[in-house]
Amino acid sequence: MSKVNEENWTLIIKPENKFWDLRLGELWAYRYLVRLFVRRDFVSTYKQTILGPLWFFVQPILSSVTFTFIFGNIAGLSTDGLPMMVFYMSGIICWSYFSECLNRTSSTFTSNAGIFGKVYFPRMIVPLSGVISNLMRLLIQFLLLILFMIYYIAIGANIHPNWAILLTPLFIVIMAGLGLGLGIIISSFTTKYRDFTFLIGFGVQLLMYASPVIFPLNEIKNPLYRTILEYNPMTPIIEGFRYAYLGAGTLSPGLLAYSAGFTAVVLVIGTVIFNKVERSFMDTV
Amino acid sequence: MSIAIELHNISKQYRLGTIGTGTLSHDLNRWWAQIRGKEDPYLKIGEENNRSEKGKSDYIWALRDINFQVESGEVLGIIGKNGAGKSTLLKILSRVTSPSTGEIRIKGRIASLLEVGTGFHPELTGRENIFLNGAIMGMTRREILSKLDEIIDFSGVERYIDTPVKRYSSGMYVRLAFGVAAHLEPEILIVDEVLAVGDAEFQKKCIGKMQDVSQKEGRTVLFVSHNMAAVKALCNSALVLKNGKVDFPKGNTDLAIQHYLKLEDELMAIPLIDRKDRQGKGNVLLSHLEFINSSGQSVGQLISGEAAEIRVHYRNRTGEAGLNNMIGILVERNDGFTVLDLSNVYTGHPYTWNKEKGYISCVLDKLPLSGGNYYIHLILWQNDSLQDWILNAGNLTVEEGDFYGTGQTSTGVKVPHKWNFS
Repeated sequence: MSKVNEENWTLIIKPENKFWDLRLGELWAYRYLVRLFVRRDFVSTYKQTILGPLWFFVQPILSSVTFTFIFGNIAGLSTDGLPMMVFYMSGIICWSYFSECLNRTSSTFTSNAGIFGKVYFPRMIVPLSGVISNLMRLLIQFLLLILFMIYYIAIGANIHPNWAILLTPLFIVIMAGLGLGLGIIISSFTTKYRDFTFLIGFGVQLLMYASPVIFPLNEIKNPLYRTILEYNPMTPIIEGFRYAYLGAGTLSPGLLAYSAGFTAVVLVIGTVIFNKVERSFMDTV
Repeated sequence: MSIAIELHNISKQYRLGTIGTGTLSHDLNRWWAQIRGKEDPYLKIGEENNRSEKGKSDYIWALRDINFQVESGEVLGIIGKNGAGKSTLLKILSRVTSPSTGEIRIKGRIASLLEVGTGFHPELTGRENIFLNGAIMGMTRREILSKLDEIIDFSGVERYIDTPVKRYSSGMYVRLAFGVAAHLEPEILIVDEVLAVGDAEFQKKCIGKMQDVSQKEGRTVLFVSHNMAAVKALCNSALVLKNGKVDFPKGNTDLAIQHYLKLEDELMAIPLIDRKDRQGKGNVLLSHLEFINSSGQSVGQLISGEAAEIRVHYRNRTGEAGLNNMIGILVERNDGFTVLDLSNVYTGHPYTWNKEKGYISCVLDKLPLSGGNYYIHLILWQNDSLQDWILNAGNLTVEEGDFYGTGQTSTGVKVPHKWNFS
């Protein structure tokens, strides 16, 4: 066997890899593919439309108008003294980035079985590029929010952007990591057990109501409900985001650290499971 | 010579049947064994992959203890019947799935021609798809850029290169896709000809590319095929797989082909009605194949140029007469080349099945085959449903005869023909 060890094999295929062998270097080697996948998503989404990327504006505007009407006017929920439009829009933008990442990632194996069945490349490329493509959409919607903010500031509404804006990259990284991490865990299970596809369908929607999207956190006085809300790792993100851009909400370093830690754990667990499943999912998908 | 690929005890186990609630308990057992540092309990069971017999276990071995080495620059033919494990082996080599046990060591980049057009997106232009497809197959941006002009040239779609590929004709689409694959330049190329059936042009291109790659550039090629003529022409060594095991170890191509053909001969010794390697619904079964010569006798040998009849007997298990039936008889030379393709579909003569049994005769006024050995494949259809299909249902020996009535013999398929001279 000593002779074997002397040779420079480029690739060794074994039934199982050690769970810590995540082959992150391979991901780096394929970084160009990530770029192309992102481009493909972006181009194919708005091709043959007249409005093109402007369509990304439509969803948050219509949702915000609807929420303003139903939750603000009919149900009369508090918006922390903020103009309803920007209050809902900030929540919706954050939430839809997270849920889009989660939704897309969770169907990685099932919706790419065709291409995965023919050729090998690190499977993680697909969810990663999904998260990055969604980022483009987030940025466009973010511009929309800024436009609305400028308008409201111009008419003298109660909006106070502050230093916490500097935390924006952190918010985005946590949202992306959380969506990606949960998504790859779910996608790994759906290769064998399709049960999870049902769960994700309504689960994400329900989860939105357990996040401060349509109400501010400090309106929740019931200690039980408040604890539940605070255990939701998306809560500190949405609240912090609102605090930074609109000046109302809670920015809690403790909760934010909890959220970041939660995301890191989910990401690590997700990557390990994903790496294990990607080796043989073609047999079960 | 250095070793390009090395396989040690490669096995692949599959679980048959559907995946459902029962799977969970097996998974938990497996997980429990793993935690205690024990071996996967289900890897101890499982049986040989023999599709025709109903097995006792839910687990089968699609591949079992495969060992071989491929030297760099070698063109290795992998032959075997459908279900012998060829495709599974290729899937493991191209890392689409992983083996259950064993280890493979590979030196150099591996790519396969089954990936043609993988990841093409209809909304992207030809140029964008070249980059995307190339990157999926593991090319770097610089490599693709340096090959871009060649690929566009090769595929001949220069005019449409900035048009979305959904507007391409299917021919253009395939040419472009193949162009990328052909310029990939891997150290090891995998060609699965079995998967490329149906597109003769494409098949020809694959083989052409393979010849280039192996002869001019000295790269390693793994070639999977049913076509013995192609294996013979291209490969400098071959191995035979049977039921997931190496039945003939890597060696001389001619000997491997002989071995493979002998496997088929063994099959043909079994009476047709008892054969297990058949497909179809089986309401009507092929039961016996006969060759009748010009004097009406059942014989094992026919003579070129004389009247001949291929008589196919069947048994009807439904007990009812059936309308609209079709039969196909394919005559193949022993190197896998099809010489005759006969069917009542072509001549427009549908027929009715008898209630219990009967036979169908295909009558040839003058047998157009040259002397030699031929294999016969048979297929029965009713309306659109396949009833029975047996590959290598029998073999036919033809003795060279006086087809043209001039005492002259010829090669190939004999066709009456005339000449004009002016």
